[in-house]
Amino acid sequence: MKLNERSLAFYATCDSPADNSGFLYKRGERHTAYHRRWFVLKGNMLFYFEERESREPVGVIVLEGCNVELCDSAEGFAFAIRFSGNKSRTYVLAAESQAAMESWVKSLSRASFDYMRLVVRELEKQLEEMRWGPAGRCGGSREPPGSWKPKQCPERLPALPAILPKENGCAVWNNALGAGQAPNTSGCGGNDDEGTPRPPPLPPRRRVLNGEAAVESPSTFCQLHERYSREVARLRQDWLEKQRGPRP
Amino acid sequence: AVLKKRLVKLVVNFLFYFRTDEAEPIGALLLEHCRITKEEENIFSISFIEEPERKYCFECASEEQCQEWVEALKRASYEFLRRSLIFYRNEIQKMTGKDPLEQYGISEEARFQLGTHQQ
Repeated sequence: MKLNERSLAFYATCDSPADNSGFLYKRGERHTAYHRRWFVLKGNMLFYFEERESREPVGVIVLEGCNVELCDSAEGFAFAIRFSGNKSRTYVLAAESQAAMESWVKSLSRASFDYMRLVVRELEKQLEEMRWGPAGRCGGSREPPGSWKPKQCPERLPALPAILPKENGCAVWNNALGAGQAPNTSGCGGNDDEGTPRPPPLPPRRRVLNGEAAVESPSTFCQLHERYSREVARLRQDWLEKQRGPRP
Repeated sequence: AVLKKRLVKLVVNFLFYFRTDEAEPIGALLLEHCRITKEEENIFSISFIEEPERKYCFECASEEQCQEWVEALKRASYEFLRRSLIFYRNEIQKMTGKDPLEQYGISEEARFQLGTHQQ
């Protein structure tokens, strides 16, 4: 199967920061000897190089649909990336210390696109519930029922606008979003069609009261409980203290 | 250039393409550091940052299908997902004062920190 290898190699070696990197021993496929390789994790791609200074990776492991597990073999600090399916392959790797092993297992098991998408969807859900309340999610107020499209980024939320620096029309790696900025959808970064940045969407009916931003939109039950429980707790505290009265 | 009919599948941040009667893909494009451009009618292209003049062109059956693909592909990269996560986290934190990533035990991860990765 053809891959845009040049793009892959670029992704592996460009100066966007890696999510993890370091030397690991990789067990060979046919011969079980371990080879020391320089590993670089970016997104859901685990690249490995012959040397740290190598200009191109010798291989890549796409971390989707796999399990990362510790090896119970005696080989020190070993762990495995296990894929299921007919042409299943298990990659056995070994770190040089307990700490390194734990760090790698943690980052590899959370590296998949699927995992990220799950977290993003959860956060989207939370944000929607805060803005519209749980009723809004049942297709009530905003859009006709059945319009929910389980795409990677449902259209019901306002489009995430762009105010990120561009380079060749692609967003450069930049997590310094500043106030209210968000990833955009033109190119993989950049601005709208006219090239002008769109301002971020304002949350609905947000007013500044007494110097504090107050959200007027319907609260979820959780927020109501939170708010009133604090008040009740305080009142109860006051009452208890009055009951005890001044003691000698 | 000759247009060939292909079955195209977007799976995570990869665009797979198949001959219409085959089960195994001919190839795949990793959709990172790429630019999706709406070209003329029914056509969009994908180009990559390290070779911007090379365009992979796709002709769709309709303008509607074309728009759908352009929108989907623009959001397909892992990097877009990461930026979305950071954006939502920030929004929720502003509104509630709490970090929504704490419940997942991932709030300390370097890859989610605002401003640590600058270019």
